[in-house]
Amino acid sequence: MTAIAEFAPRARHRFLFDRAEVLGPLFIAPAILYVLLLVALPFLLAIYYSVSAFTIFDPSYKFVGLKNFFDVIESDIFRRTLANTFIFTIGAQIIGLLLGKFAAMLLMKEFPGRGIARALVVLPWAVPVSLAVLAWQWMFDSLYSVINWTLIAAGLVDATHPPQWLGQQDLAMLAVTVVHAWRLFPFGVVIFIAGFTSVPKDVLDAATVDGAGFWRRNYQIILPIIAPIVVIALIFGTVFTFTDLSVVYLLTKGGPINSTQVLGSLAFQVGILSGDVAHGAVICLFLFPFLLIGVIFMLRALRRREI
Amino acid sequence: MRLAKKLLSEGSFYGAVLVLVTFAAFPFYWMLITTFKTDGDLYNLKSNPYWFNAAPTLEHIKYLFEETLFVQWIGNTALIGVCVVAITLAVALPAGYSLARMPGRSAESLGIGIFLTYLVPPTLLFLPLSRVIALLGLQDSLWSLVLVYPTFTIPFCTWLFMGFFKSVPREIEEAAVVDGCTVLGAFVKTVLPLSVPGILTVVIFAFTLTMQEFVYALTFISSSDEKPVTLGVATDLIRGDIFYWGELMGAALIASVPVAIAYNLFLDRFIAGITGGAVKG
Repeated sequence: MTAIAEFAPRARHRFLFDRAEVLGPLFIAPAILYVLLLVALPFLLAIYYSVSAFTIFDPSYKFVGLKNFFDVIESDIFRRTLANTFIFTIGAQIIGLLLGKFAAMLLMKEFPGRGIARALVVLPWAVPVSLAVLAWQWMFDSLYSVINWTLIAAGLVDATHPPQWLGQQDLAMLAVTVVHAWRLFPFGVVIFIAGFTSVPKDVLDAATVDGAGFWRRNYQIILPIIAPIVVIALIFGTVFTFTDLSVVYLLTKGGPINSTQVLGSLAFQVGILSGDVAHGAVICLFLFPFLLIGVIFMLRALRRREI
Repeated sequence: MRLAKKLLSEGSFYGAVLVLVTFAAFPFYWMLITTFKTDGDLYNLKSNPYWFNAAPTLEHIKYLFEETLFVQWIGNTALIGVCVVAITLAVALPAGYSLARMPGRSAESLGIGIFLTYLVPPTLLFLPLSRVIALLGLQDSLWSLVLVYPTFTIPFCTWLFMGFFKSVPREIEEAAVVDGCTVLGAFVKTVLPLSVPGILTVVIFAFTLTMQEFVYALTFISSSDEKPVTLGVATDLIRGDIFYWGELMGAALIASVPVAIAYNLFLDRFIAGITGGAVKG
């Protein structure tokens, strides 16, 4: 009798772990819970802050409606920031994509030292952003810039008035965009290489035999085949750039005179440094519609690849 | 003529590769050479910056290890990384398995849903999360990062795991179940041992993602001795307006090397993961 009594609970226990419909949800629950508690909940909290008068000095949850949104939209700094964010994103994306494709085409060829070349090209994407950007900050130094030294040595700029890469408004914007493109393009390289290698060789050969030239092979055969993967990479890159604040914060802190301010860095300045959480939350939320568009495109791209 | 043409095209090919590699890697060369230059050499407009004009020195590295919190920051980063990896594995491994074996389209939608949270950037969440961290009393503590970093490692790693487990044939588990294992037992005894390369990849990527993060660290932590290396180097080696470029570049170089190596070794798997198998074959 005792033997059976001992056996019974064990059997039920065993029975539970035998049922995939119990085990499945049990296995996935922690992941969903983590995402709900630390992604979804803070997001709702951001919406809540955006309609309140919450600052870290006066943490009151007084409801103020859409006042914060109007404050932000009416501010000149915000409008400038929004325009900067678009210039920064589109600029970095175009440079990154073109360079990425060009580099991938070079690195697809077999040549001695190809492995090393690939490893070096991937570096900007691999190394932590804050450390890589420090090197650029030193290269853009107001006095000891190696770029200026080279330009002066080549006689291209006047030694008494060298360009101030991070101190002049237009140059600063160019600098942050190029540095971000520099971080981004290796990602493009690896994506394009992955894409190119997936194009069946016989398809290309057949096209060549049929008389398709370089451009035709590129745009009518290769591009449609690699399109899904490029779209996914493009969405990643765009979201990654649009929401970036590290490069701008580290290089220029948004200056000079807000000329390089982007949404992320402005939100950081207002919400954290000035402690105005409510207005900071509003600025962050302006990222959301663009993010949503990214997500929708991503969904379509992910679905399309199955067909 | 044909030889000349060939040489010309070879030359322009290598020229293009050289320009490209220089653009990508020059900042790292710059870190390297700055680290070992004396101050007198660094801050002299007359000398050629591309090479040593005075004997190389270990002064900056010595200063970094003896006079700054650099070693402590590396320790902090390692501690954060290990904890985040542990949490990520504990949560993402079962989730990925569950998604890979769940029947029907709902599992797929759930998987895509979790993957999409990887698109949610720190910039959208750092403000409310900083309040949550304050409420939990974790301000200024590296444990705040241990809590928050899994929000981006879990979605990404769940997606990676899902791919790995899908490639393990179901028949292996079914055979184990027929032999008397429970479903859980079959997973532990047959699937896990086959997934060791996948688990290794996830460990490396969770760790490097953690090392690359900057925004949350910047937002949550202001005491020097709690900072991870990426934040400490960028914010605390600058005193007042004076930049110690030798030390700064040395620190950046030392902290970058391991991440760069890990990334290069696991690059192909990473690409397969990020595109979610968009490229077949």
